[in-house]
Amino acid sequence: MLEIINDYWLFFLIGQYPNGPIGGLAGTLLLATVCVILALPCSMLIAIGRTGTNRFWRGITFLIVYVMRGTPFLMIIFWAHFLGPLVFGNSLGPFWVMVIALVLYESAYLAEVIRAGIQALPYGQAEGAKALGFSRARTMTLIVLPQVMYSSFPALLSQFVSIIKETSLGFVIGVHEFTFAASQVNSILLVQPVEIYAILGLTFFIVCFAFTSAARWLERKIGKSQGVSLS
Amino acid sequence: MDFGSISVLNEPYLTWLLQGLRLTFALFIFAWIIAFVMGFLLLLLRMSPIKVISWIPSIYIELARNIPLLVQIMFWYFAMPMLLPEFLQQALNRGDSGFILASLALGFCMAAYFSESFRSGVRSINSTQVEASRALGFSFLRTMQYIVFPQALRATIPLIMNNTLLLFKNTSIAMAIGVHELMYQVLSINNDTFRTFEIFFIATIAYLFFSVLIMIAGEFAERWAKKSRRTSNA
Repeated sequence: MLEIINDYWLFFLIGQYPNGPIGGLAGTLLLATVCVILALPCSMLIAIGRTGTNRFWRGITFLIVYVMRGTPFLMIIFWAHFLGPLVFGNSLGPFWVMVIALVLYESAYLAEVIRAGIQALPYGQAEGAKALGFSRARTMTLIVLPQVMYSSFPALLSQFVSIIKETSLGFVIGVHEFTFAASQVNSILLVQPVEIYAILGLTFFIVCFAFTSAARWLERKIGKSQGVSLS
Repeated sequence: MDFGSISVLNEPYLTWLLQGLRLTFALFIFAWIIAFVMGFLLLLLRMSPIKVISWIPSIYIELARNIPLLVQIMFWYFAMPMLLPEFLQQALNRGDSGFILASLALGFCMAAYFSESFRSGVRSINSTQVEASRALGFSFLRTMQYIVFPQALRATIPLIMNNTLLLFKNTSIAMAIGVHELMYQVLSINNDTFRTFEIFFIATIAYLFFSVLIMIAGEFAERWAKKSRRTSNA
């Protein structure tokens, strides 16, 4: 096991980077980060639509969330794989196909987290802002969303863990990420799958567990600080 | 809608699709049973008074929840057979090893999620109930059987339905190791006919249909759970 790490650690870490696309663990984390940055604004819009008063937008966003929740992620990946190049041109590489699929899928899940945050916020906040003459848009951006982002940060962080885990599915369309790197090493060495997949799984575990623990710690901390401010 | 004009629904592709659907359901049911039973065992182990024993399920659950399912399935498929004794390897190769290992991987992974749901159900029961029944002379197992589990079940069912939906969607990942379930069959029909849009549309609708069924069942279960809790409080 140590021998494999010794020989291939750079490949596991960044893939073929200087001579090819960035991959390995760095590719996985890059993919997850790009996805979060793009998916957060989308999910806020969906969450606002879901909690708003406009019937039309409520219907549309409801449909988006339920279609995404009811379809396997692999299906979304293949839709993006076949439709993405039609929409964005043929130069779209597997990395960006995966980004599109992740953003589509995760926006719906993140939106549910943010929606729960919006609904948990006391209604007096929005009412107070209205009484002070804030428009609905300014109430959302200045009063509601900042508080929601603070209180639902732990939940968003644990959703980030699922995003990291879901990037591994990019393997099926040939995205250069960690699982892909491991299966390449496996096809070079051929006889040591136990060690290679153990390295793969344990590294994923270390990364994801760090974020999960951080989310739990923040949850306790934020819960405590809100308890103080209430009393 | 005239189905005759959709060539992907003609033979032999219709048979392929139905075979895929059948295997998806077989995976789903096997994995569900494994997940339920294993999840329950993990819960029992976790409630054990001996500290060391109660750590085992905690470690297992953290591992299963923080490693991508694809990696777990690949580990089971590529690595696990090498760890098994000779006669089991041969037995696997005689049968459909992809299917067996995929359903084991799915089941063992989802067991962690199921176990967490069970645990949050059990934790929703006030500990005074356990103390009271122990005071009345119920043994630990009888307390669980008659007092804790029937009540915990109600709090648990909505969570379990959510995990069931997750499990159903995750059966598609078995495609990565070549199990001929719905997703795999869709890709091979696509490679055969190049009617990408039609076949993916049909498959998405199929997946959505069953997912929505599970969601509706979950909704009903939640309502039933709320109602029966209200009457039991009254």
